[in-house]
Amino acid sequence: MKSVFTVAAKEFSDGLRNRWLLSITIIFALLSVGLTYFGSAVAGETGLTSTSTTVASLASLAVFLIPLIALLLSYDSFVGELESGTLLLLLTYPINKTQLLMGKFIGQGSIIALAILIGFGASGVILYAHTQQTEIITVFSLFIASAVMLGLSFIAIAFIISISVSEKSKAAGAALIVWFIFALIFDLGLLTLLVGTEDGISQQSLTFMMMLNPADIFRLVNLAGLDSTDVNGALAIAIRSSLSLTQLLCVLVTWVIFPLILAITLFTKKRM
Amino acid sequence: MTNTPVVSMNQVTKSYGSLTAVNNLSCELAPGEVLGLFGHNGAGKTTMMKLILGITSPTNGSVDVLGAKPDSKAAWHIRSQVGYLPENVSFYEHLTGIEVLNYFAKLKGFNKQHAKDLIAQVGLTEAMNRAVKTYSKGMRQRLGLAQAFLGKPKLLLLDEPTVGLDPVATTEFYQQVDNLKAHGTSIILCSHVLPGVERHIDRAIILSKGQQLACGNLASLRAHANLDIRIKTRGVSPSELVNDSQLMTHVELCHDTDLLVKDENKMNVLRELVKYRHLDDIHIEQPDLNQVYQQILSQAPQKGSI
Repeated sequence: MKSVFTVAAKEFSDGLRNRWLLSITIIFALLSVGLTYFGSAVAGETGLTSTSTTVASLASLAVFLIPLIALLLSYDSFVGELESGTLLLLLTYPINKTQLLMGKFIGQGSIIALAILIGFGASGVILYAHTQQTEIITVFSLFIASAVMLGLSFIAIAFIISISVSEKSKAAGAALIVWFIFALIFDLGLLTLLVGTEDGISQQSLTFMMMLNPADIFRLVNLAGLDSTDVNGALAIAIRSSLSLTQLLCVLVTWVIFPLILAITLFTKKRM
Repeated sequence: MTNTPVVSMNQVTKSYGSLTAVNNLSCELAPGEVLGLFGHNGAGKTTMMKLILGITSPTNGSVDVLGAKPDSKAAWHIRSQVGYLPENVSFYEHLTGIEVLNYFAKLKGFNKQHAKDLIAQVGLTEAMNRAVKTYSKGMRQRLGLAQAFLGKPKLLLLDEPTVGLDPVATTEFYQQVDNLKAHGTSIILCSHVLPGVERHIDRAIILSKGQQLACGNLASLRAHANLDIRIKTRGVSPSELVNDSQLMTHVELCHDTDLLVKDENKMNVLRELVKYRHLDDIHIEQPDLNQVYQQILSQAPQKGSI
């Protein structure tokens, strides 16, 4: 267990040292504070926007940004050390592959979690300071918690990529493709299905398909509780479906655990 | 405990699909023994090291290290007693030398003071607070060695340890090898054949295409290679030597004033030579490890190649 934390501490301090933590936090904070203040600029007004508009905009932004950042943060975790030779060396140390992977996961996961907490927390604090609505705390807690889950899920997915390929450049390419699929293609595909099929697809199967994409689950979690006038598109249909918030969160957690287990399995089986 | 071998490999074969990296290899390593592992690239040296380190498991046969199977869970405790320097390792570039060593020390369960002592031992104290990316190749190699020396290991596996080291650092490195050996550390030195290495090894294994071509100390390797000894003479003219029929019965080849003789004929030749009153000097040259290595490789049946 001690070695897990040794690895985690190193990964975390790596994130501090190469300014990952700092830059992600600043990006999140700038965007979220900006959206909080100017989210209604399109409507011709400035000043604080309503909580639901803010969270809706934040969620649509985070759903692109967080997976991308998580993938960029972690895609070279294993293939990078494989190329430099330290992975082989580490495996001769009294640490097994699962411990090494968990150490990296905890270390890099803490970076993204902390960045989300500070960056998005900032706009929550600003909103609360201006409006004193206690509702903001619950909405933002849910938003931050689900955003962290989304980040962790894509770190685990990045691990799978990093373990499966043999070159860093291939891992980078694969990470971008994966991001493209989950963030863009998947929803386009769903829309095509909705529009293109003759009778449309049932609400149930649509909801089920959305469960296949952690980014969509994240959207559902954060838009489900909101005033639906701020939400449009294919989501609105699914939102009125039967899944409860707890069920959605459970599926999101599964999207963290399942890729993580898959990554561990692949790593354990990997021929060194 | 003192006489049980540190490493014992028994008829070990390792295949990757259709490729046999190591074929039916057996060897033992005693405590305090230094074993040289020689062979071209792809001869199976690194695979043999990986088998001993437990990174990979043998397809056939058995490997025992310090009384346990290195690829089993039972071998967990021996891992802190084994040091390894991989070939071409590049450490975390953005960390400083001491940070790299602290990380590895912590993973092996040793404290920062131990890491600092080792940094001093390899002569990197002045550079220890600089990022590894500013290090020269020799400095990186020394950092790697410090890493391998962590915790005074009972078994050290060094893959190309002197690559990138200048002559002074190479000498210092061999001093450390001799020092560790004196403290009972067994060392496997995996290398291309380099001048001077034979002074520091007890035994050598020569590998080619996964096959063990020869194994033994330098004397037995010489016998195996069956190379001629070169006797250099001075003061006697070449024609005198060639026309000396008594002498020439023991000589394989006469080249100017040099005589190439078989090991068993050496004393006979010397006896004949000292009969010459005007002989100034005799110099006997044993074939060095490199010549032995080349000879053994060339004797090997060219299996697999057409």
